[in-house]
Order: sequence, then structure tokens, then C-alpha cells
Amino acid sequence: MSVKVQNLVKVYEVQRAVDNLSFEARKGEVLGFLGPNGAGKTTTMKIITGYLPQSDGSASVCGFDVTKEAMEARARIGYLPENNPLYKDMYVREYLMFTAGVHKIAKPRQRVEEMIERTGLNSHHFKHIGELSKGYRQRVGLAQAMLHDPEVLILDEPTSGLDPNQIVDIRKLIKELGKEKTVILSTHILAEVEAVCDRAVIINKGKLVADAPIEVLKQQFTGRTVVTAEFGQKTTADALKKIPHVAAVQHLNGNKWQLSAAADAEDIRPLIFNFAIANQLTLLELHKEVFSVEEVFQQLTRA
Amino acid sequence: MLSIYLKEINAFFSSLIGYMVIGIFLVLMGLVMWVFPDYSVLDGNYATMDTLFAMAPLVFMFLIPAVTMRTFAEENQSGTIELLVTRPISDWQIVLGKFLGSFTLVVFALLPTVLYYVSVYKLGAPEGNLDSGGILGSYIGLLFLASAFVAIGVFASSLSTNQIVAFVLATFLSFFVYLAFDFLSRLPIFYGKTDDLVQSFGIQYHYDSVSRGLLDTRDLIYFISITLLFLAATVLSLNRRKW
Repeated sequence: MSVKVQNLVKVYEVQRAVDNLSFEARKGEVLGFLGPNGAGKTTTMKIITGYLPQSDGSASVCGFDVTKEAMEARARIGYLPENNPLYKDMYVREYLMFTAGVHKIAKPRQRVEEMIERTGLNSHHFKHIGELSKGYRQRVGLAQAMLHDPEVLILDEPTSGLDPNQIVDIRKLIKELGKEKTVILSTHILAEVEAVCDRAVIINKGKLVADAPIEVLKQQFTGRTVVTAEFGQKTTADALKKIPHVAAVQHLNGNKWQLSAAADAEDIRPLIFNFAIANQLTLLELHKEVFSVEEVFQQLTRA
Repeated sequence: MLSIYLKEINAFFSSLIGYMVIGIFLVLMGLVMWVFPDYSVLDGNYATMDTLFAMAPLVFMFLIPAVTMRTFAEENQSGTIELLVTRPISDWQIVLGKFLGSFTLVVFALLPTVLYYVSVYKLGAPEGNLDSGGILGSYIGLLFLASAFVAIGVFASSLSTNQIVAFVLATFLSFFVYLAFDFLSRLPIFYGKTDDLVQSFGIQYHYDSVSRGLLDTRDLIYFISITLLFLAATVLSLNRRKW
């Protein structure tokens, strides 16, 4: 397991910023770390990188505990902090050479050239970092994170503040990286998770609310038609399940039921109406809801 | 540590600050040594460099904080400190790299004053009639004093995100450690009883002692301890996010 977080707790004064959080990230996957602002994403990432100490629990990177074997763990992490801090008065190449020196990389010059090439900084490497546009600064941030060829990349909102073209470029780069490395990427942009991540960990108020592959999350919550139906008389879940295309049935209250079906299936409302007639039930209410990723997110994180 | 050290030195000489500090120091020292009639060697008629060694600590008190103020304050301000401390290097390596970088700049500023020594040496009658041992001792004392001021400056910088605050704090602390103990020792509660002990907490007491050309291990231990004390305080201050 490349990154393992176990029962992690971080307490600030009275607030529990991270509350008993556990998750894992494997090699060769991009893990989307989702949550509303202030959910504890950044705090968790800062604990994994060793910037902040946890109050309880543990985190490890490639088997090295981030507090007890800090140096080994840190050597295997590439980190892009929130807001991408950089030395604005340094040249791009100078900064990367400095980073290479700190990491004691063998053949630094060659590696720096390679990273400049890979992040598309070729035409900008002679500039001061302060003169670069935000998109190019983000590339510099990624270049410094990838420079020492770490096994784990921790990227805190890597696309925030970029224009749509830049976002596409950066996402492509991250997706490419995810093939050979472990990438943990925090974001509150849901489209981003769909575009680059293989798996998502959703947290809210420091607590884990979902941890599943994107496909599963989507199937579970999105692209699903949910119909609420209220009948005048009693009926049973088993009877409702016999309606064609109905995938799941949930009892809400009284004679109110929630039925769901795959979105690409036939509209189930006429079928429910027919069911009511066949079973001599009065249909009081019939209402269709469609869940989007946003709604899933809202449902999970609104408390 | 070497990378951080080289980066610091690069930062001084790729911006104006390095040249400014060296320039201002040399202009001030040149004026005091050769031009201002009240202090000048030429008007004093003695082949000594006492004026340089008396004035240099006062100039350092303002110039060294100007050199060190950006070391950590700038990183705290821009957030780059977060990347730096999460690299696989120890906090001591970071602090020592920064300390040595600033100290090297101060040494660069001091180096050209060796020319003054050569001049005074030539001007003596007969030639070479000056206390070379005392001057060597004074240089060593000045370097130790500079290392203490740099350590104080780096510490002050680590406390703040604002370079001006770091500058003012470093100047105040340097003044306090350099002179204040001497003044305090004249308070009635110390005077005539423990005034010597109180004075010995200050830099001046040890600087004067080394300047006489007498290298006493007690003075060296004092300078090394005060430097290490402030560097250790800097490491502590770097870790205050963890408290």
C-alpha cells in the first residue's frame, strides 16, 4: 500500500478537523480527495507530508511512518501545496536545480531538463518564476513535485485558478502520472474527479463519508432515476420490486416509497401507474428525481 | 544544507541587497576611518584600527538584520517554508544553511577592510609600527560578534512573516545582547556587587576582551554558545506549527 491513513485525528483547539479518518491509496491509481471547503482535506494532506503532526492515529507512505521515519517517508513524496508557493525571484531552472540539490538527485542537470521538457516549460525556463502566468507556475509546482521521481504525489487543488485549457493540460499530465505512481489529488470540483480519478474518498467535517471507485459511485448515485410514489393503501416492497426495470425499493414513511431504476432504462412512471391499477391501489403522488454528481456530493456532505 | 547555503548566497547577489550591504558597510567604514576628522586615523596620528573595531559592531547592529530579515520571513510569507520543511532534510540543515549564507555575506563585507590594515601598516612610522596581534584578535572578535548577530537575525526572521518586523526585532535583540547588559550592570542593585557578572552576559564584555588580542577560551565559548542558543531557538520556532 503506497499511502495508508489509519484512524487519523487532528484537533485544533476545540475543533476536530480530521476525525478518525482511514483510507488507502494504491500504486497506479489517482485518488480523488473530495470534500467541501473546510472538510479537512488540506489538513490530512499536511499530515501525510509531515508538515503537521497528527493528534492521534497514523499515516504511512510506502510503509514508512510519516512521524517516526519522517526522512524516508518525505523522500518518497512529491508535494504540491495549496496555492503552489514558489520563490518568485528565482529562475525556473535555478529553482529546479535547487530542489534537485536538496533531494541530492544524481545527474541533476539531466533530470531538470527532462522535467522541463515533460511539463512543457521549454519556452519559459529562462524566466523568473514571478513573471510566469498562473498556468506555467502550476507546471513549475508540478515539476518540483515530480523532480525526485517520488512514488507518491500529493497535489492540493492542482487546477485551482487555471483557465479551461490549462486545466485540461494539467489533468492530462496528472492522469499520465497516475499510471506509474500513486497520486492523491484534493479538489472540490466534481468534474475533475470524473475526468482524472480512479477512486474517490469523500470527507465531510473530517469524517469519511464515501470511499469507492468512481464507476461504483456513479452507478450508486448518479445516472439513476429515482421516483417517489405515494399510494392510498398498503403495499409491500416485494410487490413493488416486481415492476419491470425497478432496481431498488426503499420505504420512506407511511405508504410512501422510493423506487429507483437505471437512467437509461424506460421511464418507470407509467409502469408504476399500471401497477397501481392492477393492484387496486390509489396513486396519490408520483414524482421523478434525477441525481447528478453534484447532488450526490451535496447529499453526502450536507449535514 | 549546501544547496540551501548556495541558494541564500545566490539570492543576495542576484538582488541588490548583497551589493548594498557590502557597499554601505564599506562606505561607512571608509568615512569613519579616513574622512571624519573626529575619528580618522589621519587626524588621530596613531597607527591603530581602533575606530574600525569600535564602529563596526554599531554598523552591524543595523546592517546584519537587513541581511537576515528575509531568510525565514519571506518563506513564511510566501508559504515556501511548507515545501522546504517537508523535504527530506532536517530543520538544523535548513537553519544552518541560512545562517552560513548570511554569515558569508558579512564576511564578504568585512574582507575589503584588510586593505585598511595594509594602509595603516604602510603609514606607520616606522612602517609596520602597529599592534598586529591586537588587530587579528579584533577581527576574530568581530567575526564572532557577527555570527552572534546573524544568529539573532535569523531567529527574529523565523518569528515573523513580515520582514520589517523581523528587522526591528533583530536590531533590538542585537542591541540588547550587545550593550544592554553593560548598562544594566550600573543599576544600583548590581553596581559594586555583581556588576561584572551582569556585564559578562553581554557581547561587549567579551568583544572587548578578545579585541585586546587575548583569545580566552571563555570568550570563545561565550560567542559559540550565544550563536548556538539563537540557532536552537530558530529550530524551535520552525517547529512551532506543531505545538
